[in-house]
Amino acid sequence: MRPSIALFLFLFCSAAWGDRLTVPAHPKWQEECGSCHVAYPPQLLTADNWQRLMQKLDKHFGANAGLEPQEVQDISAFLQRHAGRGSRYSADSLRITDTAWFRHEHDEVSSKTWSDPAVKSRANCTACHVKAEQGDWSERSIRVPGGRGGEDGDDDDDEGDDDYEDD
Amino acid sequence: MKTATTAIALLCLALVPLARAETPADMLARYSAEAARMTPGFSPSAERGRAFFNRDWGVSQKMPACESCHGKNLRAEGKHIITGKRIAPFSPQANPERFTSVTKVEKWFRRNCTEVVGRECSAAEKADFIQFVMQ
Repeated sequence: MRPSIALFLFLFCSAAWGDRLTVPAHPKWQEECGSCHVAYPPQLLTADNWQRLMQKLDKHFGANAGLEPQEVQDISAFLQRHAGRGSRYSADSLRITDTAWFRHEHDEVSSKTWSDPAVKSRANCTACHVKAEQGDWSERSIRVPGGRGGEDGDDDDDEGDDDYEDD
Repeated sequence: MKTATTAIALLCLALVPLARAETPADMLARYSAEAARMTPGFSPSAERGRAFFNRDWGVSQKMPACESCHGKNLRAEGKHIITGKRIAPFSPQANPERFTSVTKVEKWFRRNCTEVVGRECSAAEKADFIQFVMQ
Protein backbone atom coordinates (compact mmCIF):
# COMPACT_ATOMS: atom_id res chain seq x y z
CA MET A 1 0.00 0.00 0.00
CA ARG A 2 2.70 2.42 0.98
CA PRO A 3 4.77 2.10 -2.20
CA SER A 4 1.67 2.85 -4.25
CA ILE A 5 1.01 5.98 -2.22
CA ALA A 6 4.61 7.03 -2.73
CA LEU A 7 4.29 6.36 -6.46
CA PHE A 8 1.08 8.36 -6.59
CA LEU A 9 2.70 11.26 -4.78
CA PHE A 10 5.71 11.12 -7.08
CA LEU A 11 3.57 11.18 -10.22
CA PHE A 12 1.30 13.84 -8.79
CA CYS A 13 4.22 16.08 -7.88
CA SER A 14 5.86 15.57 -11.29
CA ALA A 15 2.65 16.50 -13.04
CA ALA A 16 2.30 19.54 -10.82
CA TRP A 17 5.78 20.84 -11.69
CA GLY A 18 4.38 23.28 -14.22
CA ASP A 19 2.22 24.78 -11.51
CA ARG A 20 5.19 25.20 -9.20
CA LEU A 21 6.49 27.94 -11.45
CA THR A 22 3.64 30.16 -10.39
CA VAL A 23 4.32 33.04 -8.03
CA PRO A 24 2.14 35.59 -6.24
CA ALA A 25 1.10 38.45 -8.49
CA HIS A 26 3.75 41.16 -8.68
CA PRO A 27 2.68 43.70 -11.33
CA LYS A 28 6.00 45.54 -11.29
CA TRP A 29 7.96 42.37 -11.98
CA GLN A 30 5.46 41.33 -14.62
CA GLU A 31 5.69 44.67 -16.39
CA GLU A 32 9.40 45.37 -16.11
CA CYS A 33 10.68 41.85 -16.69
CA GLY A 34 7.99 40.92 -19.18
CA SER A 35 8.40 43.61 -21.85
CA CYS A 36 11.25 42.24 -23.97
CA HIS A 37 10.84 38.61 -22.92
CA VAL A 38 8.39 36.60 -20.86
CA ALA A 39 8.81 37.42 -17.17
CA TYR A 40 10.97 34.40 -16.34
CA PRO A 41 9.86 32.64 -13.15
CA PRO A 42 12.01 33.52 -10.11
CA GLN A 43 12.40 29.82 -9.32
CA LEU A 44 14.69 29.35 -12.32
CA LEU A 45 17.74 31.09 -10.86
CA THR A 46 19.21 31.15 -7.37
CA ALA A 47 18.91 34.19 -5.12
CA ASP A 48 22.63 34.85 -5.62
CA ASN A 49 22.23 34.77 -9.41
CA TRP A 50 19.24 37.12 -9.34
CA GLN A 51 21.09 39.54 -7.11
CA ARG A 52 24.06 39.65 -9.47
CA LEU A 53 21.80 40.01 -12.51
CA MET A 54 19.77 42.85 -11.01
CA GLN A 55 22.95 44.77 -10.17
CA LYS A 56 23.84 45.38 -13.81
CA LEU A 57 20.57 45.95 -15.63
CA ASP A 58 22.08 48.68 -17.78
CA LYS A 59 24.12 45.91 -19.39
CA HIS A 60 21.55 43.14 -19.49
CA PHE A 61 22.83 40.52 -21.94
CA GLY A 62 23.72 43.23 -24.40
CA ALA A 63 20.62 45.37 -23.83
CA ASN A 64 19.93 48.37 -21.64
CA ALA A 65 17.22 47.35 -19.17
CA GLY A 66 17.96 50.05 -16.61
CA LEU A 67 15.41 50.77 -13.87
CA GLU A 68 15.06 53.27 -11.06
CA PRO A 69 16.98 52.15 -7.90
CA GLN A 70 13.73 51.73 -5.98
CA GLU A 71 12.32 49.45 -8.67
CA VAL A 72 15.52 47.42 -8.79
CA GLN A 73 15.34 46.90 -5.03
CA ASP A 74 11.66 45.95 -5.10
CA ILE A 75 11.92 43.48 -7.99
CA SER A 76 15.23 42.04 -6.79
CA ALA A 77 13.74 41.30 -3.36
CA PHE A 78 10.76 39.58 -5.00
CA LEU A 79 12.99 37.45 -7.25
CA GLN A 80 15.24 36.44 -4.36
CA ARG A 81 12.27 35.62 -2.12
CA HIS A 82 10.97 33.09 -4.65
CA ALA A 83 14.34 32.02 -6.08
CA GLY A 84 15.35 28.44 -6.82
CA ARG A 85 17.58 26.57 -4.39
CA GLY A 86 20.52 24.44 -5.37
CA SER A 87 23.27 24.47 -7.96
CA ARG A 88 21.02 23.19 -10.72
CA TYR A 89 19.38 26.62 -10.79
CA SER A 90 22.67 28.44 -10.95
CA ALA A 91 24.81 29.49 -13.93
CA ASP A 92 27.95 31.65 -14.01
CA SER A 93 26.60 33.32 -17.14
CA LEU A 94 23.40 34.19 -15.22
CA ARG A 95 21.46 32.75 -18.15
CA ILE A 96 18.59 30.47 -17.17
CA THR A 97 19.27 28.52 -20.37
CA ASP A 98 22.74 27.63 -19.06
CA THR A 99 21.50 26.09 -15.82
CA ALA A 100 21.65 22.32 -15.34
CA TRP A 101 17.91 22.38 -14.70
CA PHE A 102 17.12 24.02 -18.06
CA ARG A 103 19.44 21.73 -19.98
CA HIS A 104 17.93 18.65 -18.38
CA GLU A 105 14.34 19.79 -18.92
CA HIS A 106 15.01 20.56 -22.58
CA ASP A 107 17.34 17.69 -23.47
CA GLU A 108 14.74 16.15 -25.78
CA VAL A 109 14.41 19.33 -27.86
CA SER A 110 16.16 18.80 -31.19
CA SER A 111 18.63 21.27 -32.69
CA LYS A 112 16.21 21.53 -35.61
CA THR A 113 13.54 22.87 -33.26
CA TRP A 114 15.94 25.33 -31.61
CA SER A 115 16.88 26.78 -35.00
CA ASP A 116 13.28 26.88 -36.27
CA PRO A 117 12.49 30.48 -37.36
CA ALA A 118 9.49 30.46 -35.02
CA VAL A 119 11.80 29.67 -32.08
CA LYS A 120 15.12 31.28 -33.01
CA SER A 121 16.24 31.88 -29.44
CA ARG A 122 16.23 29.86 -26.25
CA ALA A 123 14.92 33.03 -24.61
CA ASN A 124 11.75 32.72 -26.69
CA CYS A 125 9.82 30.53 -24.22
CA THR A 126 6.41 31.30 -25.72
CA ALA A 127 7.40 29.72 -29.05
CA CYS A 128 6.56 26.38 -27.39
CA HIS A 129 5.13 27.27 -23.96
CA VAL A 130 2.20 29.01 -25.61
CA LYS A 131 0.51 30.05 -22.37
CA ALA A 132 3.65 31.10 -20.50
CA GLU A 133 2.59 34.73 -20.50
CA GLN A 134 -0.43 33.66 -18.47
CA GLY A 135 1.88 31.79 -16.09
CA ASP A 136 1.01 28.35 -17.50
CA TRP A 137 4.23 26.36 -18.05
CA SER A 138 2.59 22.94 -17.85
CA GLU A 139 3.41 20.08 -20.24
CA ARG A 140 -0.12 20.13 -21.61
CA SER A 141 0.37 23.70 -22.85
CA ILE A 142 3.45 22.95 -24.93
CA ARG A 143 3.12 23.25 -28.71
CA VAL A 144 6.41 22.72 -30.52
CA PRO A 145 6.61 24.55 -33.88
CA GLY A 146 6.94 21.92 -36.57
CA GLY A 147 5.50 19.41 -34.12
CA ARG A 148 7.06 16.78 -31.91
CA GLY A 149 6.27 13.13 -32.32
CA GLY A 150 3.76 13.87 -35.07
CA GLU A 151 2.09 16.62 -33.10
CA ASP A 152 1.12 19.61 -35.20
CA GLY A 153 2.80 22.86 -34.30
CA ASP A 154 0.87 25.86 -33.21
CA ASP A 155 0.91 28.63 -35.77
CA ASP A 156 0.06 31.46 -33.40
CA ASP A 157 3.63 32.60 -33.05
CA ASP A 158 4.05 33.08 -36.77
CA GLU A 159 1.65 35.99 -36.92
CA GLY A 160 4.28 38.65 -36.36
CA ASP A 161 6.67 37.21 -38.96
CA ASP A 162 4.49 38.20 -41.88
CA ASP A 163 4.94 41.87 -41.12
CA TYR A 164 8.67 41.55 -41.59
CA GLU A 165 8.54 39.39 -44.68
CA ASP A 166 6.01 41.61 -46.43
CA ASP A 167 8.07 44.75 -45.96
CA MET B 1 -32.75 52.68 -4.70
CA LYS B 2 -32.77 54.32 -8.08
CA THR B 3 -31.68 57.58 -6.51
CA ALA B 4 -28.78 55.83 -4.80
CA THR B 5 -27.65 54.27 -8.09
CA THR B 6 -27.84 57.61 -9.83
CA ALA B 7 -25.87 59.23 -7.02
CA ILE B 8 -23.13 56.60 -7.27
CA ALA B 9 -23.03 56.94 -11.04
CA LEU B 10 -22.69 60.73 -10.74
CA LEU B 11 -19.96 60.34 -8.14
CA CYS B 12 -18.05 58.01 -10.47
CA LEU B 13 -18.41 60.48 -13.32
CA ALA B 14 -17.12 63.26 -11.09
CA LEU B 15 -14.01 61.21 -10.32
CA VAL B 16 -13.20 60.50 -13.97
CA PRO B 17 -11.13 63.65 -14.55
CA LEU B 18 -8.93 62.76 -11.56
CA ALA B 19 -8.13 59.34 -13.00
CA ARG B 20 -7.61 60.65 -16.53
CA ALA B 21 -4.39 59.33 -18.02
CA GLU B 22 -1.97 61.48 -20.00
CA THR B 23 -2.51 61.46 -23.75
CA PRO B 24 -0.15 61.34 -26.74
CA ALA B 25 -1.11 64.98 -27.39
CA ASP B 26 0.02 65.89 -23.85
CA MET B 27 3.42 64.32 -24.48
CA LEU B 28 3.75 65.97 -27.85
CA ALA B 29 3.02 69.36 -26.26
CA ARG B 30 5.46 68.70 -23.42
CA TYR B 31 8.39 67.69 -25.66
CA SER B 32 7.61 70.44 -28.18
CA ALA B 33 7.71 73.08 -25.44
CA GLU B 34 11.01 71.68 -24.17
CA ALA B 35 12.47 71.66 -27.69
CA ALA B 36 11.27 75.22 -28.29
CA ARG B 37 13.24 76.38 -25.25
CA MET B 38 16.42 75.12 -26.94
CA THR B 39 15.41 76.05 -30.49
CA PRO B 40 12.99 78.98 -30.57
CA GLY B 41 10.25 78.46 -33.14
CA PHE B 42 10.52 74.67 -33.01
CA SER B 43 7.56 72.87 -34.52
CA PRO B 44 7.30 69.06 -34.51
CA SER B 45 7.59 67.35 -37.88
CA ALA B 46 6.16 63.92 -38.71
CA GLU B 47 8.54 63.77 -41.67
CA ARG B 48 11.59 64.14 -39.44
CA GLY B 49 10.01 61.63 -37.08
CA ARG B 50 9.66 59.12 -39.91
CA ALA B 51 13.30 59.57 -40.93
CA PHE B 52 14.34 59.08 -37.30
CA PHE B 53 12.28 55.88 -37.02
CA ASN B 54 13.54 54.43 -40.30
CA ARG B 55 17.18 55.33 -39.85
CA ASP B 56 19.77 52.62 -39.53
CA TRP B 57 21.93 54.04 -36.77
CA GLY B 58 24.64 51.43 -37.04
CA VAL B 59 25.33 51.54 -33.31
CA SER B 60 23.93 48.20 -32.22
CA GLN B 61 24.61 45.21 -34.43
CA LYS B 62 21.53 43.32 -33.34
CA MET B 63 19.20 46.32 -33.13
CA PRO B 64 20.36 48.83 -35.73
CA ALA B 65 16.99 50.61 -36.09
CA CYS B 66 13.68 51.13 -34.30
CA GLU B 67 12.04 48.83 -36.82
CA SER B 68 14.34 45.95 -35.79
CA CYS B 69 11.85 45.24 -33.02
CA HIS B 70 8.86 47.47 -33.75
CA GLY B 71 8.47 46.51 -37.42
CA LYS B 72 7.73 48.86 -40.28
CA ASN B 73 3.98 48.93 -39.85
CA LEU B 74 3.24 51.00 -36.76
CA ARG B 75 -0.29 49.64 -36.52
CA ALA B 76 0.84 46.02 -36.45
CA GLU B 77 2.56 44.10 -33.67
CA GLY B 78 6.32 44.09 -33.61
CA LYS B 79 8.58 41.25 -32.60
CA HIS B 80 11.65 41.55 -30.40
CA ILE B 81 14.59 40.78 -32.66
CA ILE B 82 16.45 38.76 -30.00
CA THR B 83 13.80 37.09 -27.87
CA GLY B 84 10.96 36.88 -30.39
CA LYS B 85 8.52 38.41 -27.89
CA ARG B 86 5.50 40.10 -29.42
CA ILE B 87 5.51 43.87 -28.98
CA ALA B 88 2.17 45.69 -28.97
CA PRO B 89 1.65 48.13 -31.88
CA PHE B 90 3.29 51.55 -31.69
CA SER B 91 0.38 53.53 -33.05
CA PRO B 92 -1.97 54.93 -30.38
CA GLN B 93 -4.80 54.25 -32.84
CA ALA B 94 -4.02 50.54 -32.79
CA ASN B 95 -2.92 50.46 -29.16
CA PRO B 96 -4.66 52.99 -26.87
CA GLU B 97 -2.14 52.33 -24.08
CA ARG B 98 0.69 53.95 -26.02
CA PHE B 99 1.92 57.32 -24.78
CA THR B 100 -0.37 57.48 -21.76
CA SER B 101 2.29 57.60 -19.05
CA VAL B 102 5.17 60.03 -19.22
CA THR B 103 7.20 57.93 -16.79
CA LYS B 104 6.90 54.93 -19.06
CA VAL B 105 7.58 56.93 -22.20
CA GLU B 106 10.71 58.47 -20.65
CA LYS B 107 11.94 55.07 -19.48
CA TRP B 108 11.68 53.56 -22.95
CA PHE B 109 13.17 56.56 -24.74
CA ARG B 110 16.10 56.40 -22.31
CA ARG B 111 16.67 52.68 -22.80
CA ASN B 112 16.05 52.41 -26.51
CA CYS B 113 17.80 55.61 -27.53
CA THR B 114 20.92 54.59 -25.61
CA GLU B 115 20.71 51.18 -27.23
CA VAL B 116 19.86 52.03 -30.82
CA VAL B 117 20.91 55.65 -31.28
CA GLY B 118 23.92 55.38 -28.99
CA ARG B 119 22.92 58.37 -26.83
CA GLU B 120 19.87 59.90 -25.15
CA CYS B 121 17.37 61.43 -27.58
CA SER B 122 16.66 65.15 -27.61
CA ALA B 123 13.26 66.66 -26.82
CA ALA B 124 13.02 67.67 -30.49
CA GLU B 125 13.58 64.09 -31.64
CA LYS B 126 10.97 62.83 -29.19
CA ALA B 127 8.42 65.42 -30.33
CA ASP B 128 9.03 64.65 -34.01
CA PHE B 129 8.70 60.96 -33.34
CA ILE B 130 5.42 61.25 -31.43
CA GLN B 131 4.04 63.50 -34.15
CA PHE B 132 4.92 60.80 -36.68
CA VAL B 133 3.44 57.97 -34.59
CA MET B 134 0.19 59.87 -34.00
CA GLN B 135 -0.55 60.05 -37.73
